[in-house]
Amino acid sequence: MKVILVQDLLKANTDQALQNRSLFDEHRVIVINLISAPGSGKTTLLEKTLALIKDRLYVGVIEGDISTTRDAERIASQAIPVVQINTQGACHLDAQMVAQALLELPLKELDLIFIENVGNLVCPASFDLGEHCKVAVLSVTEGSDKPAKYPEIFLKAHAVVMSKTDLLPYIDFNMEDCVAEMQGINKNLNVFPTSSKMGTGMADWIEWLEKLVQEKRGEVDVPCCNGKSIGSSI
Amino acid sequence: MHEISLIHGLIEMVKESAADHGISHVDHVRLVIGEWHGALSQALNFAFKVLTRDTICEGAVLEIEKRSIRYCCQSCSKEFMVLQWPYVICPFCGAQIAELKQGKELYVDYYEGE
Repeated sequence: MKVILVQDLLKANTDQALQNRSLFDEHRVIVINLISAPGSGKTTLLEKTLALIKDRLYVGVIEGDISTTRDAERIASQAIPVVQINTQGACHLDAQMVAQALLELPLKELDLIFIENVGNLVCPASFDLGEHCKVAVLSVTEGSDKPAKYPEIFLKAHAVVMSKTDLLPYIDFNMEDCVAEMQGINKNLNVFPTSSKMGTGMADWIEWLEKLVQEKRGEVDVPCCNGKSIGSSI
Repeated sequence: MHEISLIHGLIEMVKESAADHGISHVDHVRLVIGEWHGALSQALNFAFKVLTRDTICEGAVLEIEKRSIRYCCQSCSKEFMVLQWPYVICPFCGAQIAELKQGKELYVDYYEGE
C-alpha cells in the first residue's frame, strides 16, 4: 500500500514553537535565542549584559548544554531566574525542551528571556524555539571567513554580536571584510562589536535589547516575528 | 548536521501513519528535501539505517529527492538558481532582492508498505 503523507519533517517542532511564541506574546515577554560556536563567549556576554540591565528589566535565562549545570550556576549567582536544559547528547535545543523549561520560569513577571543554545553554529539555526529573534555570537578569534561558511545562522539572525574585540590587536581579523560578508548574506543584520571583558560596545547592544522590550510592551497585535517583524530581518 | 534529528522525526511520522493504516512493515520512504537545509544524503541514509533498526521501517529503502535553491527576482521577476550560495544575486539584472521559490522543502512525500 502506498500512503501519501506530504508532511513537514519539522512539523512537531514547528507546532510546539508556535505554542511557545503564543505564550511569550500573551505575557509580552521578548525572547532571544543566542546561537554560536562553543567558546565564543555567549555565557560571558550574558553575564555582563545581565549585570547592566537587571536593575531596569526583569530577565530570565534558559541555558542549553549537552551536560553540566556550569552555565546556569554562573547566571544564578546574579540572582536571575535560570533553568538549565541538558540535552544528553543532542547538538541543539528544540521547542519541546524549551516548553518544559518555561514551566520553571516566572513568565508573568519577565520582560526578556535569553535562551542560550548549545554551542554549535550549525544545527541550532534550523530549529525554531518560538523565539522572536535569533542572535548569533561570533568571536573574532574564530576568523573573519566564518559567515559564508556557516550561512544559515547569519541568514536567519536579526543581530550578530562580535565578541572578544579586545583581542583584535593580537590576531589577523579583518572586521570590515567580515561585516561585509555578513551583510552580503543578510543586509539587514545589526552588528555589535563588543568586548565583554572590557565593556566596550555593550551600550549599543543594550540599547538594541531595550528597544525590543519597549516595542513588545507597546504592541497591540503581536506579529509572528521569527525572521520577520521585530528589529530588522531577512 | 542535524540529519539524525530529521530522520528521527521521519521515522516517528511514518510509524504513526502506518499504525493508522494497519501497516506492519514499510519498504520504501520518499523524502523531499531542499538544498537550503544543507543536509547530506549520505548522512541521511546513514541515520536512516541506524535509527530504523528494530522498527517497522527496518530494511526499507530511503529515496531522497533534492530540490535546488531557486529564487524569483523582485526587480525583473525572472527566476534563477543561486550559483554562489548564500549570496543571492539575480544573474539577469544584478538585484539582490529576491523571493525564495524552491529549495526549502522538507517533507515525507509518501511511503509504501504492507
